[in-house]
Amino acid sequence: MDRLLQILEDIHPEVDFETCGALVDDKILDSLDIIAIISEVSAEFDVAIPAEEIVPENFNSAQALYALIERLEDE
Amino acid sequence: MKRSALISGAAVALATIACLYLLQRLLVPKYQTGIVEGSMVEEYYRETTDHEVLCIGDCEVYENFSTVTLWEEYGITSYIRGSAQQLAWQSYYLLEDALRYETPKVVVYNVLALKYNEPQSEAYNRMSLDGMRWSSSKVKGILASMTEEEHFIEYVFPLLRYHSRWDGLASDDVEHLFTKDLVTHSGYYMRVDTKAQTGFPPPAPLADYALGENAMSYLQKMTDLCREKGIDLVLIKAPTEYPHWYGQWDEQIASFAEENSLPYINYIPLREEIGLDMRVDTYDGGLHLNTRGAEKMARYFGAYLKENYDLTDYRNEEGYASVWAEKTAFYNQMKQRQYDELEQYGRLVSFGSNAIQ
Amino acid sequence: MLFTSYGFVAFASALLAAYYLVPRRWQWPLLLAASYGFYALADWRYLFFLLVTTVSAYLMAVRLEDIAGEQKRYLQTHPALTREEKRACKAGFKARKWRWLLACLLLNMGILAVTKYTNFVIHNVNALLHGAAHLQTVDILVPMGISFYTFQTMGYVIDVYRGKQAAERNLFRLALFVSFFPQMVQGPISRYGDLSRTLYCGHPFDGKAVTFGLTRVLWGYFKKVVIADRIITGVTSLIQHTDAYTGAYVFVAMLFYAFELYCDFTGGIDITIGLAEAMGIRVAENFHLPYFSKNIKEYWNRWHITMGTWFTDYIFYPVSVCRPMLKLSKWSREHLGQAMGKRVPVYLSCFVVWLTTGVWHGAAWNFIMWGLMNFAVIMASQELEPLYSRFHARFPVRGKAPYEAFQIIRTFLLMSCVRMFDCYRDVPLTFRMVGTMFTRFRFSVFTDGSLLKIGLSGADYAVLLAGFAVVLGVSLFQARYGSVRQALYARPRAVSYGAMALLLVAILIFGAYGVGYDSTQFIYNQF
Repeated sequence: MDRLLQILEDIHPEVDFETCGALVDDKILDSLDIIAIISEVSAEFDVAIPAEEIVPENFNSAQALYALIERLEDE
Repeated sequence: MKRSALISGAAVALATIACLYLLQRLLVPKYQTGIVEGSMVEEYYRETTDHEVLCIGDCEVYENFSTVTLWEEYGITSYIRGSAQQLAWQSYYLLEDALRYETPKVVVYNVLALKYNEPQSEAYNRMSLDGMRWSSSKVKGILASMTEEEHFIEYVFPLLRYHSRWDGLASDDVEHLFTKDLVTHSGYYMRVDTKAQTGFPPPAPLADYALGENAMSYLQKMTDLCREKGIDLVLIKAPTEYPHWYGQWDEQIASFAEENSLPYINYIPLREEIGLDMRVDTYDGGLHLNTRGAEKMARYFGAYLKENYDLTDYRNEEGYASVWAEKTAFYNQMKQRQYDELEQYGRLVSFGSNAIQ
Repeated sequence: MLFTSYGFVAFASALLAAYYLVPRRWQWPLLLAASYGFYALADWRYLFFLLVTTVSAYLMAVRLEDIAGEQKRYLQTHPALTREEKRACKAGFKARKWRWLLACLLLNMGILAVTKYTNFVIHNVNALLHGAAHLQTVDILVPMGISFYTFQTMGYVIDVYRGKQAAERNLFRLALFVSFFPQMVQGPISRYGDLSRTLYCGHPFDGKAVTFGLTRVLWGYFKKVVIADRIITGVTSLIQHTDAYTGAYVFVAMLFYAFELYCDFTGGIDITIGLAEAMGIRVAENFHLPYFSKNIKEYWNRWHITMGTWFTDYIFYPVSVCRPMLKLSKWSREHLGQAMGKRVPVYLSCFVVWLTTGVWHGAAWNFIMWGLMNFAVIMASQELEPLYSRFHARFPVRGKAPYEAFQIIRTFLLMSCVRMFDCYRDVPLTFRMVGTMFTRFRFSVFTDGSLLKIGLSGADYAVLLAGFAVVLGVSLFQARYGSVRQALYARPRAVSYGAMALLLVAILIFGAYGVGYDSTQFIYNQF
């Protein structure tokens, strides 16, 4: 989780990712950010996030994203 | 709540319709000054007495025969249901329309427009059709006349056609919002000024001299309709030479007349006999006759009608005489005004297409 | 049938009346019939294309769902599989699904490509061959709205493939989704999950919905007929006479075109959404006051929204996360360093998206160049971000009204400038003309009456100015307080009806439609 927060903060230092739960819905993350995150995550965690998992529900909060990573790692 | 919504809805709808109606009246051209030809078709419905002679056709009828002279000389009651560039089908439907109101003894049709076989111009269509009262004749007339750019609904709601006139409104549009002045004399369009005929460009040879099937079919329909109603149809070609009336066309009309046992008179070769002098009897260089010419023409044509048809001399019949006395007075009054203007300005200033509103 | 034709108005009115007269369960079948009728009226041969897309999408979606079901059953009946075996099994099913999806995409995108782009390709091949050989261009029927309905339908198939959307098992219902006529001509590009929520259920007559819908339709017509169709005369003459109209005229053309396109496009969309709304159907919004955007990214989130999200979801993301891209990303990080390595995949995906966006807009280099210019501008602003940050650290103007106004105007001018590729004949000419704005700008154009000679009269300018004021006023209201219609609805009913009536009268009188418009007033020529 800490590694993930580090990635997110590198991209948007001004956002408090631990509490924010509507990153996509509130347009804090745009599509370029999401791609940057996916690219970082795949380098850091060795999981590939497929296109069908790129939905707001998976990116609205750091927790949701972490849950997605864990699920993908598990499969 | 529901009811109040319904009431305000109905109120707003009514107000909108009223507003659109007024706007439509305001924006539709009034044809009272300048191009008055657009008023002609509508003016017919203001007639209070019937007519024994009805002329239909384009400018070659409404500018070339003085109806008042026909009355004064022969006691003939006549009306010219003419309009600018009246096409054959429009003539037919205008005739059909007129026969709803009266049955004349003689119908005169000028054949020049038979050279057009297809719809021509939106502007002229509107001038020939907008003035008609709604009837199946008007509907059919519109359908037969529409150019590709036109839509039937624009005839039903002329606002759709004339909406963009808001930046060109003139005093006439307000003044004649509800009432119109008469502009013709039993359909005759008066011009007393003179511009001598000097010559026309030589006629261009045509690829095909056959008069169009569509146009001729309407001539046939006119013929049949008149026959059915017991009306005598007379075909004429006015004595003016331009647009050029080709010999080939003349032959086709002559043979049509013969087949249908109709009289057909081409007045171009008869000009000397009529007494027309195209140096003084035309107001636009020979395209149309002026009043002096139209009166000569009426005298000549009236004699022909009188001789060949059983027409009544209504001059001694009170009902007709009073109506025509009024027409004559208006005729003379307008004639005087036009002469006065000519004298004062050397040209007409409140008549004709250059008149300023 | 154009939205602005009498035919369409009659068609839509008759349909709306019939829609509330038939039993509710017949409402959507009526819409289907109307949509096919609408299409057939334009050209009956279009129906063939529509049917191919509908049937192929229907069959493929059902097939994809069946395979997914098979996979689920297999995994359920084989609970003892190891993780590796599970993975292999999933990969196998996925490969099968992928083959079906690919077939469907190739078929439909192939039809789109052949109908829309064959001649473009032929022209370019001819240019390359330099007359060594000459290919004849072909006369191909381009079905109305094919770009829109193909994309909309493929979005549905991809959603089924991704398991986000259940396959529609009723062919007729899918047929309505593909052909829903109000959005046929210029979108929006709807998602099945979104549109299907209100498309098929019965809708009782609801006065408020009908009033709201029709008000929006009228507002759309107002923008389209009163403003866009009037100003187009000026735009056309400005962009056609490129010798005479340089410098300041290009600037004027740029502003006029921005205004025309906005009014035309949002007006059309308002008619679409409003008409659907009057039938109780919710169509996705396509614009959100785009000219108030403060930067390019925001602009593209607010202009032609459904197209933007379509490209993001179905092109940008898949391209960005596909295996070769991830490999490239890894490689570039290792060889080009962290900073550069991070950028490569994002830039490449963006490039692909804007290239396809350009191509999608039309078969011409102008559109391709337009797409790439957008790409360049977005990337430039991304790269300049550190510079901006430093500026803002020193001058705390962010969020202040004058600075926001500056941002809005800057973004508007920049996007309007890029949009000039729509206007001029070819790419080099566009660059030249835009260049003259900076080299040959004469202010006298605005003061010496030159602008009255481009086909617009004083009266036209008066209408346009008034129209601009109304559109701006409404937009400002929306930005600040939200829905204008809601505000009107809160007042006595006569107010909202009155607003509708006013719009109607304004459209009828000041609209640039009909025979009378080309100022062909009566010319009496001696008859």
